Amino acid sequence: MVDAMITLAAVFAGIAFLLVLWRFIKGPSPVDRIVAFDGLTIVSITGILFAALAEERGIYLDVALVYALLSFLGVIVVARFLERGF
Amino acid sequence: MAALMDIIGASLLLAGTLFLLLGGVGLVRMPDVYNRIQAGTKATTLGTLLSLVGIAFLHPEWSLKLLLIGVFLLFTNPLSSQVLARAAHRVGIRKAEATRIDHLEEDTGEKS
Repeated sequence: MVDAMITLAAVFAGIAFLLVLWRFIKGPSPVDRIVAFDGLTIVSITGILFAALAEERGIYLDVALVYALLSFLGVIVVARFLERGF
Repeated sequence: MAALMDIIGASLLLAGTLFLLLGGVGLVRMPDVYNRIQAGTKATTLGTLLSLVGIAFLHPEWSLKLLLIGVFLLFTNPLSSQVLARAAHRVGIRKAEATRIDHLEEDTGEKS
């Protein structure tokens, strides 16, 4: 029962990833792509959490934390670049 | 007791990924960038936080790290969505036709 629910949750996260990826590919404007990239990283953090659950290893949570930090910085940098072109 | 915690955790995890799925649907279906930012950031923030709480129920020994990730997401997600919306406004991306109110344009006079 619990395992089936966790598997279903992982499937939901996978479908969410595919939907956001569709917006990332389709565009149409650069800001759309950055929004989709932000969404992709947030869904990926949940994916890393599922990896930690599947392998039963808590060290993967550190990976998720560093990934959240780096993706946040990437989104901020690209948004500032679009605003003023540095 | 442990079985009950597992069921609560799995339910929260399922609810969280359901919100992620809804955020993805919103990102595909919404008409313009500003609405997509709303759907893509608010729904996914709530979904990730619910997933974090669910995993904390499944593995109580990971609670501290999960709390750290959750606090960090709560700080950074609204900030990145605000910066993105401002960038879209300054770059001059059109609003959807149904949009009536634009407070940034009223305050600064910048047309989007």
